[in-house]
Parts: sequence; C-alpha cells; structure tokens
Amino acid sequence: MKLYEFQAKELFAGAGIPIPRGTMVTDADGAAEAARDLGRCVVKAQAHAGGRGKAGFIKLAETPEEAKQYSAGMLGQTFKGFVITRLLIEEAVDVAAEYYLAITMDRASKSPVMICSAAGGVDIEDVSASTPEKIVNLPVDVAFGPFDYELRDLSERAALDPKASRQFVDVAKKLYRTFVDSDASLAEINPLMILKDGRMIAADAKFDVDDNALFRHQDLLQYKEEAEEDPIEAEAHRQDVTYVRLGGDIGILGNGAGIVMGTLDMVTREGGRPANFLDIGGGASAAKVKQSLDIILMDPNVKGILINVFGGITRGDEVAKGVIEATSGMDLKVPIVVRMAGTRAEEGLKLLEGSKLVPEPDPILAARKVIALSKGA
Amino acid sequence: MGILVGKDTRLVVQGITGREGSSHARQMLDYGTPLVAGVTPGRGGSTFEGKVPVFDSVAEAVEKEGVNTSIIYVPPPFAGDAIVESAAAGIALVICITEGVPVLDTSRAIKYINEKGGTRLIGPNCPGVMTPGEAKVGIMPASIFQRGNVGVVSRSGTLTYEVVDLVTKAGLGVSTCVGIGGDPIIGTTFVDILKMFADDEQTEAVLMIGEIGGTDEETAAAYIKAEFKKPIFGFISGRSAPPGKRMGHAGAIISGTMGTPEAKMAAFKDAGVPVADTLADMVQLAKNR
Repeated sequence: MKLYEFQAKELFAGAGIPIPRGTMVTDADGAAEAARDLGRCVVKAQAHAGGRGKAGFIKLAETPEEAKQYSAGMLGQTFKGFVITRLLIEEAVDVAAEYYLAITMDRASKSPVMICSAAGGVDIEDVSASTPEKIVNLPVDVAFGPFDYELRDLSERAALDPKASRQFVDVAKKLYRTFVDSDASLAEINPLMILKDGRMIAADAKFDVDDNALFRHQDLLQYKEEAEEDPIEAEAHRQDVTYVRLGGDIGILGNGAGIVMGTLDMVTREGGRPANFLDIGGGASAAKVKQSLDIILMDPNVKGILINVFGGITRGDEVAKGVIEATSGMDLKVPIVVRMAGTRAEEGLKLLEGSKLVPEPDPILAARKVIALSKGA
Repeated sequence: MGILVGKDTRLVVQGITGREGSSHARQMLDYGTPLVAGVTPGRGGSTFEGKVPVFDSVAEAVEKEGVNTSIIYVPPPFAGDAIVESAAAGIALVICITEGVPVLDTSRAIKYINEKGGTRLIGPNCPGVMTPGEAKVGIMPASIFQRGNVGVVSRSGTLTYEVVDLVTKAGLGVSTCVGIGGDPIIGTTFVDILKMFADDEQTEAVLMIGEIGGTDEETAAAYIKAEFKKPIFGFISGRSAPPGKRMGHAGAIISGTMGTPEAKMAAFKDAGVPVADTLADMVQLAKNR
C-alpha cells in the first residue's frame, strides 16, 4: 500500500523527523488560505508517481493568488494516469544541499538496507545509471537496528556535509524506527534537505507499507482507501483480491502469481493484450472465484476471459463450481475459456461440460482460443 | 537420492489440525512421506488420522519422534514465529508453505537461523519440495510426477507444476523439485539449490524457472558460468509485465540495471544457459540435450 506524500509526512512528523510546515487541501480556495498563512509556498500535486516537478505538478507560488491559480491548474488534471484531487501546500525554504535517504528490504542481504547519496533532489535511478559510485548502502541488522557509528560511516561514505552528520544520524534512526514500526517496504526521503540555516528537513516523502502486514496496522488502514487510484483496483483491494489493471482486452484469472504471469506472457506472445493480472491465490473458494470474475468484468474493455488453473492447493472442481456459479446468474457478454490441470482438474472440466464456458486442457491452445473468440471469431 | 527430502526425512507438520494443514498432511501420508508428527499448540496428546501423534511444540516432536524436517501451514501472522520455533528445536530443514507472511517477520526469522546455524529454510510462500518415489513435502499434486533425472527449481508454485507435467509427458522424470518461494525475501535461493544439484548423483540436468524482480537469477547465472557443469535450461516468467507495477522503486536502485527480464535473459545467455521462449520449449531442450 502506497501512502501519499502528505500521509507519509504525517507519519514522519509523529516520529520526530523534521518536515516543512504545510497543509493538505482539496480545492483552490483552500490553497490560497494556506498560502496566506505560510507566505511564499510550494504547491505540490499528490500522486503515487515521481517526476512531478518536471511535469509542472510542483510550483513555487510567491502570493496566495498564485497559489490559488496554480492549484486550480493542477486539480482535476491527470499525471501519469493519476487524477489529481489533493494538493500539499508547503512553506518555501532556502536550500543549501539536497541529499537522498531511503530504506527498503534487500533481497540479497535478506535484511532492511539503508541507501544514501549526496546527489539527492533528482531521480535516484538516473544517479544510479550515470554515477552509481555516488550511492552507498548499509545493510541493517534486523535484530538491533542501525547503530550510530554505522550511520556516521554511511554519512561519510556518501560524502554528506560533516556538519550535518549528527542531524543525519538522528533522522536516519527515526526513519528506521518508522520503517519497522509500520512494516514498510519502502521509506524514502528525496530530497533530504539542508537549509541555509543549517537545519535538515524531509522535503519529500515516499512510503510503501507491506500489504502482508496490514493486519497488525489498524492505524494505517485509514490510508487504505485513499491510496487507490484506479477504481477497479480500488474495489479489488477492498475485497482483498490481487488485481492489477493492464489496459488490454483479455481478462486473465489464475491461481498463483507465477501461473498468472506465465499466462500474461502466453497471451502476449500469441498476439493478445491482457486486460489485467488477477491471482486468486491458493485454496480459493467458489465465492472468491465469482468475486474475481465480477471484478474482471468491471472493466468495460474486456472482450474475453481466460481462466488458467493448475491444481495444487486450489482444487479444479472448486474453481469450476465458482465459475459456473458466477456465470449462471449473469447475462454473459464475453466468452470465457477455462484451462485446467492438476488436482481434481478432470472433475472440474467435466463440471464445465454443457455450460456456456469453453474448456481447454492445453494452455497455449487456450490462449489462442480466447484471443480468437474475443475478436468474435 | 535427490536433494533435501527423501527416505531419511522424518517430517513434522506445523498446523496439522488446520484446514490446509490437515488436507495436505493426508495427501503426504497417502504418498508415503515419512510424516511422523504434527504440532498444534493446545492439541498435544491427540492423534491425526488415528496414527500420527500431535504435540504442543516442535521441541516435543523432536524429543519424542526424532523429526528432522518441518513443514509450516500456520496462518501468516504466526508463520515467522513457527519458523523460529523449528530452528530453535534444532530442525535441519524448515519448509514454509504459508503465503502472505510479513516480510520483516521473514527477515527476522532468517536472521535468527543464520546466527544459530544448523537450519535451512525453504520459502515462505512456496509449494515445497518433492523427491518422487521417496517423499512429498509440500502441496504439489503428486500424480503429475515421475521419478527421473531432471532437477527442477522455481520461484513459482503453479508454474512449477506446469513444468513437471510437461517433463512427465515428455517421458522424462524428476529427481527433486524445489519451489524456493515467490516472496522478496526467502531462506534459500537458486544458487543454494544449484550447488546441491551439482553434488547429487541422480540429477543429470536442471530446469530453472525464474521471474522478474530481484537479482537471484543473475547471481545464479554468475555461479553457473563459474562452476556449474551439468546441462541447465532456463525460463523467465513475467516478461510481458509492465515495468513499475510490481517492482519497488528503491529495489531497482540496489539492483541498478539488474532485475528486468532482459537483464536476466542476458545473464543466462552470458553464462551459456539456453533460455526457452515457452515452458514446453524448455522441456524439449532438456529432452534433446
């Protein structure tokens, strides 16, 4: 689950990490009012994507009138597929230096890792591509958290201003504490600013929470609905269904991330365009299959659906029952091809016989069939 | 022979009285897996299927039944602790099937295992390990397996079954099939398994099914290039997935240019590993080797 900048900053402020003064607003009048209070300010569109500045979605306003004008220009606009409905109005600050600080889970060391660079304020992936030596890492012992001396060393290796070292250690420890306490998968401050008066502040914030850990974070659930953008993805996540919208016209449903990814590859390879990624997971019940189909069919572009199930935990007959139940009461406008193998697959395919569904045991033939049927063939 | 599980396995099921745990325990017993104990806290003293003793703790199962392998079906909030309990009891091989374990819990459990030593973790979020004809320690459908000389290692569950099914239909068989798990942080990686396959006499060729994200495939490719001598064939899943949808921002920084399907395929090619376009093609390559 991704948090917006303003939500992440709420978390940071609660942890004692310095942030600029600011307010979240949802209309231009609110922006003007905030600007009257803050003085010279920055209008920042809230979206789950980077590169806002370059695209004109972060602007410096000298007056409340300008803040209002810029806000009106951003609200309702689309940035990288996200409709802007919220703005963060923040005090403008005098910048001396811009650093980068992030924590994420590192697959290689199997632990959290801190990433730091003196080259902040720009897209860190560009820094990684052009001058990777400017980015330094610290794998953190998950039993203890980072020690002060390790963080001082990190600051030195990243070539941060030595005068800022004490503040850096303080911010980094608080960021780590927030990361662990909220079960984050990413906590990023870019830029981590040094102001002309020497203070260090988190000028931007990115924060992703591990969805697997949401069960123990009732406090963060308030952000859940607000964090979604695509209406179908939002509905899927509300119902606890793993769904990603991909923009094509062949709906895909499978049991397990691997088989769904494999099915997307297969459909793409055969010349089709997948509409979505949907993993019903292991042990999916009839009700869950029905729910998944309903979600896929919320997308009006879907012209055909391919269900690909290989039975391990998930039993073929259960899936078949789910598909029949889901479709029996529906006025089905699109063809559904069902490919099944593994545990109780034969029973499942037998159940589908005589229904309006198209059973097909071979995965590649199933992909070809759904593409042909979706074109009205 | 095969690797990890076999005739010497003495298995305990953690969460044996739960819905998934009991259903799969029954299937493992039917297959002939040496399943000798179950654990469900509070249910000690009872028996499963009238013959398998159930204990309150893994330590008790070790003491009374001499178990050396555990398989975990407990729900996600308790899975991290279940891994640590097994390691603390001295279990040599812990296989965590549970999907949805908080990543920090896994990280902490692995930290514990590494400090203590003597335990290998497979998973979480994996289908388990199977040596056909000897032991099935997992959730894979046994009927699709034939005993043979092909080692299979994969990050996916269901995609692994596809491969095994194709292997069997091609008239080949499997030495051991290992699902290492689809989570970002897992106990055992491709390289660990490849080293075991290298030393296993039964395994003559290996099929490796990777997927997008992380750099385990690249690390494996470097190892294969340096010292893996057996024929090995690769497949990368998720090639059509749009960038940014599944891979975290900072994860891409650590990896630099690694992690994309293109990088993985390039690393395989550089290591001399043929990368197939479809699973069927990969199995065909293994057959024609």
